[in-house]
Amino acid sequence: MKAFRGLLLPVALLLAGCQTVLMSPSGDLAVQQRNLIITSTVLMLLIIVPVIVLTLWFAWHFRASNKKATYDPEWDHSTILELLIWSAPLLIIIALGAITWVSTHKLDPYRPLERIDASRQLPADARPLVVDVVALDWKWLFIYPEQGIATVNELAAPVDRPIQFKITATSVMNSFFIPALAGQIYAMPNMETTLQAVINKPGEYQGFSANYSGNGFSGMHFVFHGLDEEGFSRWVAQAKANGGDLSREVYVKLAEPSENEPVKFYATVEPGLYLAILTHCVQPDDPSCMAHMEMKPPRTEGEAGAAAPAGDMADMSNHHPHSD
Amino acid sequence: MLAQTDLTKLIFGRLTLESLPLHVPIVLGTFAVVAIGAIAVLGAITYFKLWGYLWHEWFTSIDHKRIGIMYMILGFIMLLRGFADAIMMRAQQAISFGDNVGYLPPEHYDQIFTAHGVIMIFFVAMPMVTGMMNFVMPLQIGARDVAFPFLNNFSFWMTVAGALLVMASLFIGEFARTGWLAYPPLSDIVSSPDAGVDYYIWALQIAGIGTLLSGINLLVTIIKMRAPGMTMMKMPVFTWTALCTNVLIVAAFPVLTAVLALLALDRYAGTNFFTTTLGGNAMMYVNLIWIWGHPEVYILILPAFGIFSEVTATFSRKPLFGYASMVYATVVITVLSYLVWLHHFFTMGSGASVNSFFGITTMIISIPTGAKIFNWLFTMYRGRVEFELPMMWTVAFMVTFVIGGMTGVLLAVPPADFSLHNSLFLIAHFHNVIIGGVLFGLFAGISYWFPKAFGFRLDPFWGKCSFWFWVVGFYFAFMPLYVLGLMGITRRLSHFTDPALQIWFVLAAFGAFLILLGIGCMILQFVVSFRRREALRDVTGDPWNGRTLEWSTSSPPPKYNFAFTPLVHDHDAWWMMKKYHYQRPLDGFVPIHMPLNTGAGIILGGLSFIFGFAMIWYMWLVAILSFAGILVVAIAHTFNYHRDYYLSADDVRRVEASRTELLARHV
Repeated sequence: MKAFRGLLLPVALLLAGCQTVLMSPSGDLAVQQRNLIITSTVLMLLIIVPVIVLTLWFAWHFRASNKKATYDPEWDHSTILELLIWSAPLLIIIALGAITWVSTHKLDPYRPLERIDASRQLPADARPLVVDVVALDWKWLFIYPEQGIATVNELAAPVDRPIQFKITATSVMNSFFIPALAGQIYAMPNMETTLQAVINKPGEYQGFSANYSGNGFSGMHFVFHGLDEEGFSRWVAQAKANGGDLSREVYVKLAEPSENEPVKFYATVEPGLYLAILTHCVQPDDPSCMAHMEMKPPRTEGEAGAAAPAGDMADMSNHHPHSD
Repeated sequence: MLAQTDLTKLIFGRLTLESLPLHVPIVLGTFAVVAIGAIAVLGAITYFKLWGYLWHEWFTSIDHKRIGIMYMILGFIMLLRGFADAIMMRAQQAISFGDNVGYLPPEHYDQIFTAHGVIMIFFVAMPMVTGMMNFVMPLQIGARDVAFPFLNNFSFWMTVAGALLVMASLFIGEFARTGWLAYPPLSDIVSSPDAGVDYYIWALQIAGIGTLLSGINLLVTIIKMRAPGMTMMKMPVFTWTALCTNVLIVAAFPVLTAVLALLALDRYAGTNFFTTTLGGNAMMYVNLIWIWGHPEVYILILPAFGIFSEVTATFSRKPLFGYASMVYATVVITVLSYLVWLHHFFTMGSGASVNSFFGITTMIISIPTGAKIFNWLFTMYRGRVEFELPMMWTVAFMVTFVIGGMTGVLLAVPPADFSLHNSLFLIAHFHNVIIGGVLFGLFAGISYWFPKAFGFRLDPFWGKCSFWFWVVGFYFAFMPLYVLGLMGITRRLSHFTDPALQIWFVLAAFGAFLILLGIGCMILQFVVSFRRREALRDVTGDPWNGRTLEWSTSSPPPKYNFAFTPLVHDHDAWWMMKKYHYQRPLDGFVPIHMPLNTGAGIILGGLSFIFGFAMIWYMWLVAILSFAGILVVAIAHTFNYHRDYYLSADDVRRVEASRTELLARHV
C-alpha cells in the first residue's frame, strides 16, 4: 500500500508530466534544460529508488512480529557500511556537480548562442534579433529597435534566428519567462538582465511574469509567436500599419498601473526610450534619473553575468550595435 | 476643530473606522466565528474559575516543560489558521478558470498566500520546534530547567505577541500582499503604502526577539548544564540537533532583524536602502533575507532529524546506527547551510561561475543528509521494529523526504532552476520537505513525548486515522503541483486561462481536503485521549522502553525533573542504567534550588504587542508610552530579588515516595 503511494503515484504523475511544456519545449535552450532535468533526475534516482525500496523492505522485514528476522540489539557500527553510505551520495554529487558546472556555463542566459539547435551551428554572419523588454505594472512592453516598432503583451520572433532580450522593469520585480523558449530571468527596475535564446518551431507559446508583482500579476501574460521569416515580416508590417506612436507622453500614460491589458501595437518608438526607462529618465526632472548621477566607465564583458546596474549601461547603450 | 483632528491623529494615527473590513463578508464572517469562539473559551475559563490556575500555573510559569507545552499549543492554534489560508487558496485555484474569477479578489488572495507562508514558518513550525526543544532537551541532558528560566518565559510571550499581531491584521486593516519574504520594491512605501507590510515587519521583529533569546538560552543550557559524564559525544542526537539549530538561530536571526530594520527605515524614515530611487538596491535585500532564510530551513529540519533519530532507535530496539557519523552530518549541514543562500535566486542574473558555486554547495548538503537517511535505514536493519505511531511517521518521512530531497537537488542545478524557479514545482518541493520532514517529525515527536508531558498516551486509533489522511492527503495535494510546475505554471496566481489545468488543481484541492480530515482526526485524538486518560495512563515514566534520560523520570516529570542529577557513562544513558539494573534512590534527598514564577514576561509581551500595533498605525503617542512602559517593566524586573526558592528535602521525599508507591502498585 505504502509502496503504491510512495513509488507508483509519482511515477504515474511524471509520465503525465512528459506531455508538459517543459518536457517538450520548442526552443533549443529549453530543450537543453529539459535534457539536463532528465539527466539529473535519472542520476539521482540511482540512489533514491534503492533508498525507498530498502526503507519499505527493512521496515517490513524487521517488524517486531517477524521473529524469523535476525535481531542484533547491540549492532550500531560498521566502518565499511559507513564509508559506503557517505561515498555513494558523494559519487552521485561529484557527477552531478561536474554536470552543473559545465551546463551552467554553457546555458548561461547571457552567453551568445553558438548553435541554432542540436544539429545546426549558428552561421558566422547571423545577427540576433534584439528585443528590449520592459515589465510594467501589469503588462509587458516589447520594443524592437531594428524594426522600430513596439508592442504590449504580444511578442513575435522568426524561427531559428537568435533573439537577444534586454530586460528591465519600471517599478517592481518581475520575471520574464516563456517556458517553451528558454529559462526565465528577473526583470528589475534600474537594472538590465539579458537572455539569449532561439525558437525552433513555429507556433503560439505562452509567456508571463514568473515573479509575483502585485494586484495585476495574474493577468500579466502574453502570447509569443514563433513565425517564419515571411510571417514575421507580415507581423511587423501589421504593427506598423495598425499602431500609433510610442512617444514619451504615450509611454508615461501606458506605464500607469493597469490590469489585463489588451494587445497594443506601436508603429514608431521615440529614440532612446528604452535607455530612458532603464535609467529612470523618462521624465528628465525625476530625482532618481541616473543621468544626473555619477557615471562609471562601461565595464568589459568579463564574467558575462551579473545583472548590470543601469548606470553602467547608459554609456554602452549609446553605441548600441543594432539601434541604427 | 483642527486641534481635535491633531489629537485624534496623535492617539489613533492612521487607524480609522475604514480600516475595519466591514465591507468584506468573508472576513466579517470569520470575525464572527472567531469572536464567538473566543467568547466561549473565555466564558468557559471564567465559569470553571480557571483564570487563577492559568495565571499561576501556566502564563507566569518559568518551568521549561510548561513553556514547551505552551509553545506547542501556540503552534497548533496557528496551524489551524495557516491551514485555513491554505484551503482557501486551494479552493480559489480550483475554481478560478476562464470567466470564473473565483471568490477571492487579488487583493484578498495575495494577503492569504502571504499570511499562509508567514504563519506556517514563523508561528507554526518555529514555535513547535522551539517548544519541542524546550520540553525535551533539558530532560535529555539531565538538567532541572534551562539556563535562564525567566528569559524562556519572556521569549515565549514575545512570540505570542508577534502571532497576535498577525492575527490582528485579519480584522484591523490588512496583512502584507508581498509574498512571505516581502521583497522590495514591492514591499516599499510606494508600492505598499498600507499597514500590511508594517504588520509583517513588527510581527516578525517582536517574535524574532523571542526566537533569538530562546536560541541563546537553549544554547547555553546545552553547553553548560549537561549532567556529569555527558560529554558532547555522549549527548542524545536530539540534543545535538537542538544544539546545531540554536547555533543557527543565534547566528542567523540577527540578520533577519537587521534586514527588516533597514526595510522599516525605508518605510518610516525615507531612507533608500532597497528603493528603486536614489541608489537603493533591492538585490541587497534579497541576498540578506536569504542569508537568514536558508539557515532557517535547517533550523526547522534539524530538530526533526533529531526526533527521527530518537524514534527510530527506540522503536527498532537498537542503538542508533552510526552515532558519530550522525553527529558529524548534523554539524556539516549546520556549516554548509550558510553557503547556499544564492540558490534561491539564480535567476537574478549572477554569473555562471557564481551560480554553479552555489548550486554545487547546495548539492553537497545532500551528502550528509543522505548519510543520515542511511543511518536511520541501518538502525532498522536487524532491529525489532514496532509500528507505534511515532515510527509510522518516521517511515512515511523517509519515503517522502527523499523525493523532496531529489527535487531539491534538481532545483539546485541552475539551468534547470531557470525553468522551474518560482513554479508550482518549487512549491511542491518545499512542501515536500517541510511537511514530509518538519511536520511529520513534529507529529512523530508529539506522539512520542506526549505521555512524558501529560502522563497518558495518545489514543492510537485516531492517531492512525490522522496519519493516513495526512500522508495520502499530502501526496494528493502536492504531486499534482509537481506536474503543474512542469507545465510551466508559476506560483501565486489567483486566476488561470487554460482550462486543461483545472483537473490538477481540483486534485490538489482534494488532497488539501484529506489533510483537513487529518487535522480533524488529530484534534479528535487529543479529545478522545483526554477522556480515556485513565486507560491510557503511563505510570512507569517509560512507556516506550526508551533509551535517553527523559524516560528515567516520572510522567509527567516533577517540577524539578530529577531528584538527583543523573550520572552519565555512555550515550543512551537510560538504556545503560536499565541494563545495569539501576535502583531509584529512595532516600537522602536534599533541598532543590528552584526558580520562582513571574508575571514580567507576559506583561512585557503585552506591552510589546501594544508597541508594535502603535508603530503599525503611526500612533506615536501610544508607541512612546508603551515603549517607555517596556523599559520601566524591564528595569523594575531587575530589582525583583524574590526570584527563587528551595524545595525542601521533605517535599522532594513526598513527591518521590508517591511515585515509589505508584510504581509498586503497577509492577
